[in-house]
Amino acid sequence: MSNIQEIQDEIIEEFSMLDGDMEMTIGYIMELGDQLPEMDEVLKTEENIVKGCQSKVWLNAELKEDKIVFEADSNTAITKGLVSMLVRVLSSQTPQEIVDADLYFIDKIGLNRFIGTQRSNGLGAMMKQMKIYGLAFSTKTNV
Amino acid sequence: METLEKSGLNIAKIREEFPILDQKVNGKPLVYFDNAATNQKPRRVIEALANHYKTDNANIHRGIHTLAERSTAAFEETRHAVREFINANEAEEIIFTKGTSESINLVASSWGRKFLEEGDEILISAMEHHSNIVPWQMIAEEKSAQVKVMPIDENGDIILAEVDKLITEKTKMVAFNHASNSLGTINPVKEIVAKARKVGAKVLIDGAQATSHLEVDVQDLDADFYAFSAHKMYGPTGLGILYGKRTLLEKMPPYQGGGEMIKEVTFEGTTYNDIPYKFEAGTPDIANVVAFKKAIDFIDELGKDKIAAHENELLSYATTEIEKIDGVKVIGKANEKVSVLSFSVEGIHHFDIGMWMDAKGVAVRTGHHCTQPLMDFFCIEGTVRASFSVYNTIEEIDIFTQALKDTISKFKK
Repeated sequence: MSNIQEIQDEIIEEFSMLDGDMEMTIGYIMELGDQLPEMDEVLKTEENIVKGCQSKVWLNAELKEDKIVFEADSNTAITKGLVSMLVRVLSSQTPQEIVDADLYFIDKIGLNRFIGTQRSNGLGAMMKQMKIYGLAFSTKTNV
Repeated sequence: METLEKSGLNIAKIREEFPILDQKVNGKPLVYFDNAATNQKPRRVIEALANHYKTDNANIHRGIHTLAERSTAAFEETRHAVREFINANEAEEIIFTKGTSESINLVASSWGRKFLEEGDEILISAMEHHSNIVPWQMIAEEKSAQVKVMPIDENGDIILAEVDKLITEKTKMVAFNHASNSLGTINPVKEIVAKARKVGAKVLIDGAQATSHLEVDVQDLDADFYAFSAHKMYGPTGLGILYGKRTLLEKMPPYQGGGEMIKEVTFEGTTYNDIPYKFEAGTPDIANVVAFKKAIDFIDELGKDKIAAHENELLSYATTEIEKIDGVKVIGKANEKVSVLSFSVEGIHHFDIGMWMDAKGVAVRTGHHCTQPLMDFFCIEGTVRASFSVYNTIEEIDIFTQALKDTISKFKK
Protein backbone atom coordinates (compact mmCIF):
# COMPACT_ATOMS: atom_id res chain seq x y z
CA MET A 1 0.00 0.00 0.00
CA SER A 2 1.40 3.36 -1.00
CA ASN A 3 1.60 6.11 1.53
CA ILE A 4 -0.33 9.36 1.38
CA GLN A 5 2.49 11.24 -0.28
CA GLU A 6 3.04 8.62 -2.98
CA ILE A 7 -0.63 8.51 -3.88
CA GLN A 8 -0.80 12.28 -4.08
CA ASP A 9 2.21 12.33 -6.38
CA GLU A 10 0.54 9.74 -8.61
CA ILE A 11 -2.55 11.91 -8.92
CA ILE A 12 -0.45 14.98 -9.69
CA GLU A 13 1.30 13.00 -12.42
CA GLU A 14 -2.03 11.88 -13.94
CA PHE A 15 -3.41 15.39 -14.02
CA SER A 16 -0.25 16.83 -15.54
CA MET A 17 -1.17 14.99 -18.77
CA LEU A 18 -4.35 17.07 -19.06
CA ASP A 19 -2.45 20.32 -19.69
CA GLY A 20 -4.83 22.31 -17.50
CA ASP A 21 -7.62 21.96 -20.06
CA MET A 22 -10.80 22.42 -18.06
CA GLU A 23 -13.01 20.11 -20.10
CA MET A 24 -10.44 17.33 -20.05
CA THR A 25 -9.95 17.87 -16.34
CA ILE A 26 -13.66 17.58 -15.59
CA GLY A 27 -13.93 14.55 -17.88
CA TYR A 28 -11.07 12.87 -16.02
CA ILE A 29 -12.55 13.73 -12.63
CA MET A 30 -15.78 12.04 -13.72
CA GLU A 31 -13.84 8.96 -14.83
CA LEU A 32 -12.27 8.79 -11.38
CA GLY A 33 -15.77 8.95 -9.95
CA ASP A 34 -16.69 5.86 -11.93
CA GLN A 35 -13.74 4.05 -10.36
CA LEU A 36 -14.87 4.78 -6.81
CA PRO A 37 -15.86 1.49 -5.12
CA GLU A 38 -19.61 1.40 -4.72
CA MET A 39 -20.84 2.48 -1.34
CA ASP A 40 -23.19 0.15 0.46
CA GLU A 41 -26.68 1.69 0.22
CA VAL A 42 -27.33 1.05 3.92
CA LEU A 43 -24.46 3.41 4.74
CA LYS A 44 -26.15 6.29 2.91
CA THR A 45 -27.81 7.51 6.05
CA GLU A 46 -28.73 11.02 7.11
CA GLU A 47 -25.92 10.81 9.68
CA ASN A 48 -23.33 10.07 7.02
CA ILE A 49 -24.21 13.09 4.91
CA VAL A 50 -21.52 15.74 4.64
CA LYS A 51 -23.57 18.76 3.73
CA GLY A 52 -22.57 20.89 0.79
CA CYS A 53 -24.72 23.57 -0.76
CA GLN A 54 -25.45 22.06 -4.16
CA SER A 55 -24.41 18.43 -3.98
CA LYS A 56 -24.75 15.67 -1.43
CA VAL A 57 -21.81 13.66 -0.16
CA TRP A 58 -22.03 10.55 2.01
CA LEU A 59 -19.00 9.48 3.99
CA ASN A 60 -18.56 6.44 6.21
CA ALA A 61 -15.45 5.53 8.20
CA GLU A 62 -14.54 2.27 9.87
CA LEU A 63 -11.43 1.15 11.67
CA LYS A 64 -10.01 -2.08 10.24
CA GLU A 65 -6.70 -3.41 11.57
CA ASP A 66 -5.65 0.01 12.85
CA LYS A 67 -6.44 1.66 9.54
CA ILE A 68 -9.41 3.80 8.60
CA VAL A 69 -11.40 2.57 5.64
CA PHE A 70 -13.49 5.27 4.06
CA GLU A 71 -16.50 4.64 1.87
CA ALA A 72 -18.11 7.56 0.10
CA ASP A 73 -20.48 8.60 -2.65
CA SER A 74 -22.11 11.72 -4.06
CA ASN A 75 -25.27 12.48 -6.01
CA THR A 76 -23.34 14.51 -8.58
CA ALA A 77 -20.84 13.00 -10.99
CA ILE A 78 -18.13 15.63 -10.64
CA THR A 79 -18.25 15.74 -6.87
CA LYS A 80 -18.12 11.94 -6.88
CA GLY A 81 -14.87 12.18 -8.81
CA LEU A 82 -13.43 14.61 -6.30
CA VAL A 83 -14.61 12.40 -3.45
CA SER A 84 -12.99 9.43 -5.15
CA MET A 85 -9.59 11.16 -5.06
CA LEU A 86 -9.86 11.90 -1.35
CA VAL A 87 -10.83 8.30 -0.64
CA ARG A 88 -7.93 7.08 -2.77
CA VAL A 89 -5.47 9.27 -0.83
CA LEU A 90 -6.75 8.81 2.69
CA SER A 91 -8.50 5.45 2.88
CA SER A 92 -6.60 2.52 4.43
CA GLN A 93 -4.15 4.83 6.17
CA THR A 94 -3.66 5.02 9.93
CA PRO A 95 -5.61 7.61 11.92
CA GLN A 96 -2.42 9.50 12.79
CA GLU A 97 -1.31 9.63 9.15
CA ILE A 98 -4.69 11.03 8.21
CA VAL A 99 -4.52 13.67 10.94
CA ASP A 100 -1.02 14.67 9.84
CA ALA A 101 -1.71 14.56 6.09
CA ASP A 102 -0.82 17.63 4.11
CA LEU A 103 -3.15 17.40 1.12
CA TYR A 104 -0.98 19.34 -1.29
CA PHE A 105 -2.24 17.53 -4.41
CA ILE A 106 -5.41 19.62 -4.48
CA ASP A 107 -3.49 22.83 -4.96
CA LYS A 108 -1.01 21.21 -7.34
CA ILE A 109 -3.65 19.94 -9.75
CA GLY A 110 -5.57 23.19 -9.63
CA LEU A 111 -8.58 21.86 -7.80
CA ASN A 112 -8.70 24.65 -5.25
CA ARG A 113 -11.44 26.22 -7.29
CA PHE A 114 -13.60 23.16 -6.66
CA ILE A 115 -13.34 23.49 -2.93
CA GLY A 116 -14.07 27.06 -1.90
CA THR A 117 -17.44 28.23 -0.72
CA GLN A 118 -17.97 29.37 -4.29
CA ARG A 119 -18.34 25.84 -5.66
CA SER A 120 -20.05 24.74 -2.52
CA ASN A 121 -19.84 21.06 -3.30
CA GLY A 122 -19.10 19.85 0.15
CA LEU A 123 -15.55 18.77 -0.66
CA GLY A 124 -13.97 21.12 1.86
CA ALA A 125 -16.42 19.83 4.44
CA MET A 126 -15.54 16.26 3.46
CA MET A 127 -11.81 16.84 3.95
CA LYS A 128 -12.52 18.26 7.36
CA GLN A 129 -14.76 15.32 8.24
CA MET A 130 -12.07 12.81 7.21
CA LYS A 131 -9.56 14.56 9.45
CA ILE A 132 -12.06 14.53 12.31
CA TYR A 133 -12.48 10.76 11.87
CA GLY A 134 -8.68 10.50 11.91
CA LEU A 135 -8.53 12.40 15.16
CA ALA A 136 -11.38 10.46 16.73
CA PHE A 137 -9.89 7.08 15.83
CA SER A 138 -6.35 8.11 16.81
CA THR A 139 -7.55 8.80 20.35
CA LYS A 140 -9.19 5.37 20.37
CA THR A 141 -6.16 3.51 19.05
CA ASN A 142 -3.77 5.31 21.39
CA VAL A 143 -5.70 4.32 24.49
CA MET B 1 -21.04 44.65 -39.52
CA GLU B 2 -23.88 46.93 -38.44
CA THR B 3 -26.90 44.74 -37.99
CA LEU B 4 -30.03 45.74 -36.22
CA GLU B 5 -31.96 43.07 -34.37
CA LYS B 6 -35.71 42.72 -34.71
CA SER B 7 -35.98 44.92 -31.64
CA GLY B 8 -34.32 47.76 -33.55
CA LEU B 9 -31.25 47.65 -31.29
CA ASN B 10 -27.70 47.37 -32.55
CA ILE B 11 -26.50 44.65 -30.20
CA ALA B 12 -22.94 44.55 -31.57
CA LYS B 13 -22.57 48.21 -30.72
CA ILE B 14 -24.15 47.73 -27.30
CA ARG B 15 -21.68 44.93 -26.55
CA GLU B 16 -18.80 47.33 -27.13
CA GLU B 17 -19.97 49.22 -24.06
CA PHE B 18 -19.33 46.12 -21.92
CA PRO B 19 -15.59 45.45 -21.68
CA ILE B 20 -16.06 42.35 -19.50
CA LEU B 21 -17.83 40.46 -22.29
CA ASP B 22 -14.73 40.49 -24.46
CA GLN B 23 -12.75 37.71 -22.78
CA LYS B 24 -12.11 34.01 -22.80
CA VAL B 25 -13.04 31.78 -19.90
CA ASN B 26 -11.38 28.36 -19.71
CA GLY B 27 -10.07 29.00 -23.21
CA LYS B 28 -13.53 29.67 -24.68
CA PRO B 29 -15.25 32.97 -25.46
CA LEU B 30 -17.33 34.00 -22.46
CA VAL B 31 -21.08 33.56 -22.77
CA TYR B 32 -22.55 35.32 -19.75
CA PHE B 33 -26.03 33.98 -18.98
CA ASP B 34 -26.15 34.68 -15.25
CA ASN B 35 -27.78 38.06 -15.60
CA ALA B 36 -30.57 37.45 -13.12
CA ALA B 37 -27.91 37.15 -10.42
CA THR B 38 -26.19 40.33 -11.53
CA ASN B 39 -25.76 41.79 -14.95
CA GLN B 40 -22.64 43.44 -16.37
CA LYS B 41 -21.78 47.11 -16.28
CA PRO B 42 -21.42 49.42 -19.27
CA ARG B 43 -18.23 51.43 -19.58
CA ARG B 44 -20.00 54.64 -18.61
CA VAL B 45 -20.93 53.21 -15.19
CA ILE B 46 -17.39 51.96 -14.58
CA GLU B 47 -15.96 55.32 -15.64
CA ALA B 48 -18.41 57.33 -13.55
CA LEU B 49 -17.35 55.31 -10.53
CA ALA B 50 -13.67 55.97 -11.15
CA ASN B 51 -14.27 59.62 -12.06
CA HIS B 52 -16.13 60.27 -8.86
CA TYR B 53 -13.09 59.20 -6.87
CA LYS B 54 -10.72 61.00 -9.24
CA THR B 55 -12.42 64.39 -9.18
CA ASP B 56 -15.43 64.81 -6.90
CA ASN B 57 -15.08 62.60 -3.85
CA ALA B 58 -16.22 64.21 -0.59
CA ASN B 59 -18.77 63.35 2.04
CA ILE B 60 -22.22 64.61 1.20
CA HIS B 61 -24.85 66.89 2.72
CA ARG B 62 -22.72 68.38 5.53
CA GLY B 63 -19.65 69.85 3.85
CA ILE B 64 -19.67 73.43 2.64
CA HIS B 65 -16.64 73.17 0.38
CA THR B 66 -16.80 72.79 -3.39
CA LEU B 67 -16.10 69.05 -3.59
CA ALA B 68 -18.81 68.38 -1.02
CA GLU B 69 -21.20 70.48 -3.06
CA ARG B 70 -20.35 68.60 -6.25
CA SER B 71 -20.61 65.24 -4.56
CA THR B 72 -23.94 66.08 -2.96
CA ALA B 73 -25.37 67.41 -6.20
CA ALA B 74 -24.38 64.26 -8.11
CA PHE B 75 -25.76 62.04 -5.35
CA GLU B 76 -29.10 63.83 -5.27
CA GLU B 77 -29.24 63.90 -9.05
CA THR B 78 -29.41 60.10 -9.01
CA ARG B 79 -32.29 60.25 -6.53
CA HIS B 80 -34.19 62.42 -9.00
CA ALA B 81 -33.31 60.08 -11.87
CA VAL B 82 -34.62 57.11 -9.88
CA ARG B 83 -37.82 59.01 -9.10
CA GLU B 84 -38.36 59.57 -12.78
CA PHE B 85 -37.37 56.02 -13.68
CA ILE B 86 -40.14 54.50 -11.55
CA ASN B 87 -42.43 57.54 -11.73
CA ALA B 88 -42.58 58.16 -8.02
CA ASN B 89 -44.47 61.24 -6.97
CA GLU B 90 -41.46 62.91 -5.35
CA ALA B 91 -37.73 62.33 -4.88
CA GLU B 92 -38.08 62.19 -1.07
CA GLU B 93 -39.87 58.87 -1.51
CA ILE B 94 -36.65 57.30 -2.82
CA ILE B 95 -34.41 55.79 -0.13
CA PHE B 96 -30.97 54.39 -0.86
CA THR B 97 -30.15 51.07 0.82
CA LYS B 98 -27.60 48.26 0.39
CA GLY B 99 -29.85 46.21 -1.84
CA THR B 100 -33.32 44.76 -2.28
CA SER B 101 -32.82 42.61 0.81
CA GLU B 102 -32.10 45.62 2.99
CA SER B 103 -35.01 47.52 1.47
CA ILE B 104 -37.38 44.71 2.45
CA ASN B 105 -35.79 44.34 5.87
CA LEU B 106 -36.24 48.06 6.42
CA VAL B 107 -39.97 47.85 5.75
CA ALA B 108 -40.47 44.61 7.70
CA SER B 109 -38.59 46.02 10.65
CA SER B 110 -39.74 49.65 10.71
CA TRP B 111 -43.28 49.40 9.33
CA GLY B 112 -43.81 45.98 10.90
CA ARG B 113 -42.72 47.06 14.35
CA LYS B 114 -45.08 50.02 14.31
CA PHE B 115 -48.13 48.63 12.56
CA LEU B 116 -48.27 44.87 13.04
CA GLU B 117 -50.21 43.41 15.92
CA GLU B 118 -50.85 39.97 17.34
CA GLY B 119 -52.98 37.85 15.01
CA ASP B 120 -52.27 40.00 11.93
CA GLU B 121 -51.33 38.28 8.71
CA ILE B 122 -48.66 38.91 6.11
CA LEU B 123 -49.31 37.37 2.72
CA ILE B 124 -46.38 36.42 0.48
CA SER B 125 -46.23 34.21 -2.61
CA ALA B 126 -44.86 30.70 -3.06
CA MET B 127 -42.21 31.97 -5.47
CA GLU B 128 -40.51 34.50 -3.21
CA HIS B 129 -36.78 34.85 -2.82
CA HIS B 130 -35.63 34.12 0.72
CA SER B 131 -35.13 37.86 1.18
CA ASN B 132 -38.88 38.38 0.81
CA ILE B 133 -39.68 35.49 3.16
CA VAL B 134 -37.28 35.63 6.08
CA PRO B 135 -37.68 39.32 7.08
CA TRP B 136 -41.45 38.72 7.33
CA GLN B 137 -40.97 35.55 9.35
CA MET B 138 -38.69 37.44 11.72
CA ILE B 139 -41.11 40.30 12.36
CA ALA B 140 -44.09 37.90 12.45
CA GLU B 141 -42.42 35.93 15.21
CA GLU B 142 -41.70 39.10 17.16
CA LYS B 143 -45.27 40.34 16.79
CA SER B 144 -47.08 36.98 17.03
CA ALA B 145 -48.35 37.61 13.51
CA GLN B 146 -48.62 34.97 10.82
CA VAL B 147 -47.08 34.58 7.38
CA LYS B 148 -49.41 33.06 4.78
CA VAL B 149 -48.56 31.98 1.27
CA MET B 150 -50.29 32.60 -2.07
CA PRO B 151 -50.04 29.29 -3.95
CA ILE B 152 -48.91 28.89 -7.53
CA ASP B 153 -49.88 26.45 -10.25
CA GLU B 154 -47.46 24.14 -12.04
CA ASN B 155 -46.75 26.70 -14.73
CA GLY B 156 -45.53 29.08 -12.06
CA ASP B 157 -48.46 31.49 -12.02
CA ILE B 158 -50.06 32.67 -8.77
CA ILE B 159 -53.53 31.12 -8.41
CA LEU B 160 -55.60 34.28 -8.12
CA ALA B 161 -58.76 32.48 -7.03
CA GLU B 162 -56.86 31.24 -3.98
CA VAL B 163 -55.60 34.74 -3.25
CA ASP B 164 -59.19 35.88 -2.76
CA LYS B 165 -59.58 33.31 -0.01
CA LEU B 166 -56.33 34.29 1.67
CA ILE B 167 -56.76 38.05 1.75
CA THR B 168 -58.95 38.82 4.74
CA GLU B 169 -59.48 41.57 7.26
CA LYS B 170 -56.50 40.12 9.13
CA THR B 171 -54.15 40.73 6.19
CA LYS B 172 -52.00 43.80 6.87
CA MET B 173 -49.25 43.36 4.28
CA VAL B 174 -49.09 41.64 0.90
CA ALA B 175 -45.49 41.19 -0.26
CA PHE B 176 -44.53 39.52 -3.52
CA ASN B 177 -42.21 39.89 -6.47
CA HIS B 178 -42.93 41.71 -9.69
CA ALA B 179 -40.98 39.01 -11.52
CA SER B 180 -39.66 35.70 -10.18
CA ASN B 181 -35.89 35.11 -10.12
CA SER B 182 -36.28 31.34 -10.41
CA LEU B 183 -39.14 31.02 -12.88
CA GLY B 184 -39.29 34.34 -14.69
CA THR B 185 -43.02 34.71 -13.99
CA ILE B 186 -44.28 38.28 -14.29
CA ASN B 187 -46.90 38.64 -11.60
CA PRO B 188 -50.20 40.51 -12.04
CA VAL B 189 -49.26 43.28 -9.64
CA LYS B 190 -52.25 45.52 -10.24
CA GLU B 191 -54.76 42.75 -9.75
CA ILE B 192 -53.22 41.68 -6.46
CA VAL B 193 -52.88 45.30 -5.29
CA ALA B 194 -56.59 45.78 -5.99
CA LYS B 195 -57.40 42.75 -3.84
CA ALA B 196 -55.19 44.07 -1.03
CA ARG B 197 -56.87 47.48 -1.18
CA LYS B 198 -60.27 45.94 -0.50
CA VAL B 199 -59.14 45.00 3.01
CA GLY B 200 -56.85 47.99 3.52
CA ALA B 201 -53.64 45.92 3.41
CA LYS B 202 -50.36 47.53 2.38
CA VAL B 203 -48.37 46.13 -0.55
CA LEU B 204 -44.64 45.68 -0.98
CA ILE B 205 -43.32 44.69 -4.39
CA ASP B 206 -39.90 43.05 -4.75
CA GLY B 207 -38.87 44.51 -8.09
CA ALA B 208 -35.33 43.12 -8.20
CA GLN B 209 -35.98 41.06 -11.34
CA ALA B 210 -38.29 43.57 -12.99
CA THR B 211 -36.61 46.95 -13.22
CA SER B 212 -34.19 46.15 -16.03
CA HIS B 213 -36.86 44.49 -18.16
CA LEU B 214 -40.26 46.05 -17.48
CA GLU B 215 -41.75 49.52 -17.36
CA VAL B 216 -42.24 50.29 -13.70
CA ASP B 217 -44.65 53.03 -12.67
CA VAL B 218 -45.14 52.83 -8.92
CA GLN B 219 -48.08 55.24 -8.98
CA ASP B 220 -49.85 53.28 -11.68
CA LEU B 221 -49.16 50.00 -9.84
CA ASP B 222 -50.29 51.73 -6.64
CA ALA B 223 -47.55 49.95 -4.68
CA ASP B 224 -46.97 51.19 -1.14
CA PHE B 225 -43.37 50.00 -1.27
CA TYR B 226 -41.22 48.96 -4.21
CA ALA B 227 -37.76 47.49 -3.60
CA PHE B 228 -35.00 46.87 -6.13
CA SER B 229 -31.23 46.62 -6.66
CA ALA B 230 -28.92 48.69 -8.84
CA HIS B 231 -26.67 45.77 -9.75
CA LYS B 232 -29.41 43.86 -11.54
CA MET B 233 -29.93 46.81 -13.88
CA TYR B 234 -26.41 47.49 -15.19
CA GLY B 235 -25.53 49.49 -12.07
CA PRO B 236 -23.04 48.98 -9.25
CA THR B 237 -23.27 46.26 -6.58
CA GLY B 238 -24.08 47.06 -2.97
CA LEU B 239 -26.78 49.59 -3.75
CA GLY B 240 -30.51 49.16 -3.40
CA ILE B 241 -33.53 51.36 -3.57
CA LEU B 242 -36.65 51.49 -1.51
CA TYR B 243 -39.59 53.46 -2.79
CA GLY B 244 -42.28 54.16 -0.25
CA LYS B 245 -45.31 56.40 -0.23
CA ARG B 246 -44.60 59.59 1.72
CA THR B 247 -47.59 59.18 4.01
CA LEU B 248 -46.30 55.79 5.11
CA LEU B 249 -42.61 56.63 5.32
CA GLU B 250 -43.40 59.62 7.52
CA LYS B 251 -45.30 57.47 10.01
CA MET B 252 -42.55 54.84 10.18
CA PRO B 253 -39.82 54.97 12.84
CA PRO B 254 -36.16 55.06 11.73
CA TYR B 255 -34.56 51.74 10.84
CA GLN B 256 -31.06 52.47 12.08
CA GLY B 257 -29.54 55.25 14.13
CA GLY B 258 -26.49 57.30 13.23
CA GLY B 259 -25.35 60.37 11.39
CA GLU B 260 -27.50 61.98 8.70
CA MET B 261 -30.78 60.57 10.02
CA ILE B 262 -31.08 63.04 12.93
CA LYS B 263 -32.39 66.55 13.31
CA GLU B 264 -31.03 67.19 16.79
CA VAL B 265 -29.22 64.98 19.25
CA THR B 266 -28.78 65.53 22.97
CA PHE B 267 -28.07 62.89 25.57
CA GLU B 268 -31.65 63.31 26.69
CA GLY B 269 -33.08 62.44 23.31
CA THR B 270 -33.00 62.81 19.56
CA THR B 271 -35.33 64.21 16.97
CA TYR B 272 -35.22 62.63 13.54
CA ASN B 273 -34.58 64.10 10.14
CA ASP B 274 -37.23 64.19 7.41
CA ILE B 275 -37.55 61.51 4.73
CA PRO B 276 -35.57 60.20 2.95
CA TYR B 277 -32.67 61.03 5.31
CA LYS B 278 -34.45 59.53 8.32
CA PHE B 279 -33.80 56.14 6.72
CA GLU B 280 -30.26 56.78 5.49
CA ALA B 281 -28.13 56.58 8.64
CA GLY B 282 -24.41 57.00 8.14
CA THR B 283 -22.39 57.85 5.05
CA PRO B 284 -24.11 56.21 2.11
CA ASP B 285 -22.45 54.48 -0.83
CA ILE B 286 -21.89 57.82 -2.54
CA ALA B 287 -19.76 56.72 -5.50
CA ASN B 288 -22.09 53.87 -6.41
CA VAL B 289 -25.13 56.11 -6.16
CA VAL B 290 -23.45 58.63 -8.46
CA ALA B 291 -22.48 55.94 -10.97
CA PHE B 292 -25.94 54.38 -10.87
CA LYS B 293 -27.31 57.42 -12.69
CA LYS B 294 -25.36 56.27 -15.75
CA ALA B 295 -27.00 52.84 -15.63
CA ILE B 296 -30.42 54.49 -15.64
CA ASP B 297 -29.33 56.67 -18.58
CA PHE B 298 -28.18 53.53 -20.40
CA ILE B 299 -31.57 51.83 -20.00
CA ASP B 300 -33.47 54.99 -20.89
CA GLU B 301 -31.40 55.55 -24.01
CA LEU B 302 -32.10 52.04 -25.33
CA GLY B 303 -35.72 52.11 -24.23
CA LYS B 304 -37.33 49.47 -22.05
CA ASP B 305 -39.68 48.43 -24.84
CA LYS B 306 -36.76 47.63 -27.14
CA ILE B 307 -34.80 45.91 -24.38
CA ALA B 308 -37.83 43.77 -23.57
CA ALA B 309 -38.41 42.98 -27.24
CA HIS B 310 -34.83 41.78 -27.66
CA GLU B 311 -34.80 39.78 -24.43
CA ASN B 312 -38.15 38.18 -25.26
CA GLU B 313 -36.77 37.11 -28.60
CA LEU B 314 -33.78 35.53 -26.85
CA LEU B 315 -36.00 33.83 -24.27
CA SER B 316 -38.39 32.44 -26.81
CA TYR B 317 -35.59 31.18 -29.08
CA ALA B 318 -33.66 29.61 -26.18
CA THR B 319 -36.81 27.97 -24.80
CA THR B 320 -37.68 26.46 -28.19
CA GLU B 321 -34.13 25.23 -28.72
CA ILE B 322 -33.62 23.53 -25.37
CA GLU B 323 -37.05 21.95 -25.40
CA LYS B 324 -35.92 20.03 -28.48
CA ILE B 325 -33.27 18.30 -26.38
CA ASP B 326 -34.19 14.91 -24.90
CA GLY B 327 -34.60 14.95 -21.15
CA VAL B 328 -34.71 18.74 -20.77
CA LYS B 329 -37.63 20.06 -18.77
CA VAL B 330 -38.32 23.79 -18.56
CA ILE B 331 -39.36 24.82 -15.05
CA GLY B 332 -41.63 27.84 -15.12
CA LYS B 333 -43.98 28.30 -18.04
CA ALA B 334 -45.92 31.30 -16.88
CA ASN B 335 -48.05 33.26 -19.31
CA GLU B 336 -45.76 36.24 -19.07
CA LYS B 337 -42.07 35.94 -18.28
CA VAL B 338 -38.95 38.03 -18.00
CA SER B 339 -35.86 36.57 -19.66
CA VAL B 340 -35.22 33.81 -17.13
CA LEU B 341 -35.02 30.21 -18.35
CA SER B 342 -34.87 27.60 -15.60
CA PHE B 343 -34.63 23.94 -16.50
CA SER B 344 -33.62 20.52 -15.31
CA VAL B 345 -32.16 17.60 -17.23
CA GLU B 346 -33.36 14.11 -16.44
CA GLY B 347 -30.73 12.05 -14.66
CA ILE B 348 -28.08 14.77 -14.49
CA HIS B 349 -27.47 16.92 -11.45
CA HIS B 350 -27.63 20.67 -12.07
CA PHE B 351 -24.23 21.09 -10.43
CA ASP B 352 -22.61 18.80 -13.02
CA ILE B 353 -24.27 20.69 -15.84
CA GLY B 354 -23.15 24.04 -14.48
CA MET B 355 -19.56 22.89 -14.12
CA TRP B 356 -19.44 21.46 -17.65
CA MET B 357 -21.01 24.59 -19.08
CA ASP B 358 -18.44 26.71 -17.27
CA ALA B 359 -15.63 24.61 -18.75
CA LYS B 360 -17.14 25.52 -22.12
CA GLY B 361 -17.14 29.22 -21.29
CA VAL B 362 -20.87 29.44 -20.55
CA ALA B 363 -21.81 31.03 -17.23
CA VAL B 364 -25.17 29.82 -15.89
CA ARG B 365 -26.57 29.62 -12.41
CA THR B 366 -27.29 26.32 -10.70
CA GLY B 367 -29.01 25.52 -7.43
CA HIS B 368 -32.12 26.59 -5.61
CA HIS B 369 -31.67 30.31 -6.42
CA CYS B 370 -32.54 31.22 -2.81
CA THR B 371 -36.08 29.96 -3.34
CA GLN B 372 -36.05 26.65 -1.46
CA PRO B 373 -39.80 26.55 -0.76
CA LEU B 374 -40.40 26.96 -4.50
CA MET B 375 -38.01 24.10 -5.31
CA ASP B 376 -39.91 21.97 -2.78
CA PHE B 377 -43.12 22.78 -4.64
CA PHE B 378 -41.66 21.42 -7.87
CA CYS B 379 -40.09 18.49 -5.93
CA ILE B 380 -36.62 19.35 -7.16
CA GLU B 381 -33.37 20.28 -5.44
CA GLY B 382 -32.56 22.99 -7.91
CA THR B 383 -32.40 23.97 -11.54
CA VAL B 384 -29.99 25.27 -14.13
CA ARG B 385 -30.89 28.86 -14.90
CA ALA B 386 -29.93 30.86 -17.96
CA SER B 387 -30.96 34.51 -17.88
CA PHE B 388 -30.48 37.11 -20.55
CA SER B 389 -29.67 40.79 -20.74
CA VAL B 390 -29.80 43.22 -23.62
CA TYR B 391 -26.20 42.51 -24.71
CA ASN B 392 -26.82 38.78 -25.25
CA THR B 393 -27.22 37.40 -28.75
CA ILE B 394 -28.88 34.59 -30.68
CA GLU B 395 -25.37 33.31 -31.53
CA GLU B 396 -24.63 32.99 -27.82
CA ILE B 397 -27.79 30.95 -27.36
CA ASP B 398 -26.57 28.63 -30.11
CA ILE B 399 -23.27 28.21 -28.24
CA PHE B 400 -25.19 27.60 -25.01
CA THR B 401 -27.50 25.04 -26.62
CA GLN B 402 -24.58 23.21 -28.20
CA ALA B 403 -22.70 23.25 -24.87
CA LEU B 404 -25.77 21.79 -23.17
CA LYS B 405 -26.07 19.03 -25.78
CA ASP B 406 -22.35 18.20 -25.45
CA THR B 407 -22.68 18.14 -21.67
CA ILE B 408 -25.64 15.78 -21.78
CA SER B 409 -23.76 13.48 -24.16
CA LYS B 410 -21.00 13.06 -21.54
CA PHE B 411 -23.51 11.33 -19.30
CA LYS B 412 -24.85 8.89 -21.88
CA LYS B 413 -23.09 5.63 -21.39
